[in-house]
Amino acid sequence: MKKTYKIDVDCANCALKMEEAAKKTPGVAGAVVNFMTLRMSVEFDEGVSPADVMKSVRANCKRVERDCEVFI
Amino acid sequence: MSRKQKAALVRIIITAALTLLLILIPAVPESGWLRLALFAVPYLLIGYDILIEAVDGVLHLRPFDECFLMAVATVGAFALGEYSEGVAVMLFYQIGELFQSVAVGKSRRSIGALMDIRPDYANLEGEGGTVSRVDPDEVAIGSVIVVDPGEKIPIDGVIISGTSTVDTRALTGESVPRRVVTGDRVAGGCINVSGVIRIRTEKEFGESTASKILELLEGASSKKSKSEDFISKFARIYTPAVCGGALALAVIPPLVSLALGGDAGFGIWIYRALTFLVISCPCALVVSIPLTFFAAIGGAGTLGILIKGSNYIETLSNVRTVVFDKTGTMTKGTFSVSGIHHPRVEESVILDFAAHAESASSHPIAGSIIDAYTSATGSAVDRSRVTDVTEIGGQGVTATVDGVRVAAGNGKLMDALGIQYSECHEVGTVVHVAFDGRYVGHILISDEIKPTAKEAIAAMRRARVKRAVMLTGDKESVGRAVAEQLGADDVYSELLPDGKVEIVEKLISEAEKGEAVAFVGDGINDAPVLARADVGFAMGALGSDAAIEAADVVIMDDDPRRVADAISLARGSMAIVHENIAFAIGVKLLCLLLGAVGVAGMWAAIFADVGVMVLAVCNAIRALFVGKYDHRKESK
Repeated sequence: MKKTYKIDVDCANCALKMEEAAKKTPGVAGAVVNFMTLRMSVEFDEGVSPADVMKSVRANCKRVERDCEVFI
Repeated sequence: MSRKQKAALVRIIITAALTLLLILIPAVPESGWLRLALFAVPYLLIGYDILIEAVDGVLHLRPFDECFLMAVATVGAFALGEYSEGVAVMLFYQIGELFQSVAVGKSRRSIGALMDIRPDYANLEGEGGTVSRVDPDEVAIGSVIVVDPGEKIPIDGVIISGTSTVDTRALTGESVPRRVVTGDRVAGGCINVSGVIRIRTEKEFGESTASKILELLEGASSKKSKSEDFISKFARIYTPAVCGGALALAVIPPLVSLALGGDAGFGIWIYRALTFLVISCPCALVVSIPLTFFAAIGGAGTLGILIKGSNYIETLSNVRTVVFDKTGTMTKGTFSVSGIHHPRVEESVILDFAAHAESASSHPIAGSIIDAYTSATGSAVDRSRVTDVTEIGGQGVTATVDGVRVAAGNGKLMDALGIQYSECHEVGTVVHVAFDGRYVGHILISDEIKPTAKEAIAAMRRARVKRAVMLTGDKESVGRAVAEQLGADDVYSELLPDGKVEIVEKLISEAEKGEAVAFVGDGINDAPVLARADVGFAMGALGSDAAIEAADVVIMDDDPRRVADAISLARGSMAIVHENIAFAIGVKLLCLLLGAVGVAGMWAAIFADVGVMVLAVCNAIRALFVGKYDHRKESK
């Protein structure tokens, strides 16, 4: 399953860091951050709850880039 | 400006004013605790978030980012008693950040406006003509929706009443609005310009054009370019390396000096080391390179070129060989009348009678003849002139038109009727026509070359493409004829889909090092070739999911000239990337050298750092302005 979330981040490099962090989160099969449209599309593994996974995605993103937001 | 940016601006102004006051007011002591306390106020005001970020970075085991560099340098400056310089470094760093954020926000909005195809609602018509506003997701296939002027068409469908013009710019990059009438198909994401239309939906929202394109746009840039990889690896090695360098600069020269019996001069060398740290901040690179790619992909989107990742921008810029499929790419892929040969009566009479004889047939060939008649005369066929229609499967039709017995069909039909006919030497489908058993000529129907196809190849050459190669499954003679008309260098005919892959592989192996091979196809049976080429272009692929999946670049408006546009755009963007890398690293190295020998102080360092970043960001944003790569601009 694939879902798209709005994000807020200031610099292009930070967006790339968020993407890396999201990809490494368990339950995420793939993630892409588009800095120009400020959206993150996340492909989830089978059988996970996107809401739960996104909470850890947000936490992981904040760990690499304190000044960012993922609107779940 | 957003609230965050305004807050940053206020902080910058207050800090600048306070610092200036502290420097100018003579009552402020030259040194001592009071001076430290006074300067600590603007310093903490402007730098608290960076200090927090730096500590946060160390705690999360990712030290050595730019916040860390700034924190160490400024805290160091304070330790040396260089308070005003410590504040200045933070201040300029924040000015640079703010500038970057505002510039990016501006360009983002300009792209966002063009790319904003997400419909927020649909006006669903219920029973009895009541209209209610609903989420597009809730509209079932076959529902009727109403679109008022100025609204976005939310879902693909067919117009059941109303006429209007629609703006398809966001979907295709085409700026001329298209006129639509009842019975026309419209795509979600277009803007309804002039009239109220009612649409019967044919797809669910998730399967609609607008959703598909959004998915493409938002899924773009999943693949990193070599330049980005280079920069992130560079930053990973570079920052610790400069920190080490700075440490060495702070410790080794004083120790050497001590060993030689001189004065250690720790203060000077530590100051130089801190300057070194400020200069070395890699933000100009780590910010501007990804920004260039994001901007280029966004800009390309506004031209109706969807590039799936920054790595393809890099590859595109190296394309020297373009391989393209004939049918559907350079030709329309639909069949139309291309000539009437050996006429024994007026050509228009042959077309007139043949079109009427075929008027009851649903065969595509009949459709082509009828289309040719309507476009030549401007009037529809008049069924009342036609009687006694007999359609003979696999041969053609006979009918009486205005009292004349018309036979229209292939050679077999003519043989069956015992009519002598002339063979056609050109390639295509031939419809022989006879009036009252007398042969009057034949109509040739063939695939039409797109009007822009020849110009497309000329434009590729201007974009420094060395070889333009055409592939086709058609007969040798057709392939040659079309290739010659287009001005292609080579043509390979009678190919099966596997054969196309082989040819592309051969061309890739023939390409020189650093040169890329692009394949352009309409997506039908092309998926393996699209995947095999260095860059695969799918043309007007809104219909073909397989092509969208396999292609690296999707051209939305079916125009082959976009291939050259994409190549030049990519080349322009890569030029910006290279400029930024060379400029930033060059200035940094120069300043590092000057800093190490003590010519450049911390003020110079921070100007160099922020200045380089501002210039690099401005340069990166140039990648957004893609108008100059748009072939339509050139032709005007």
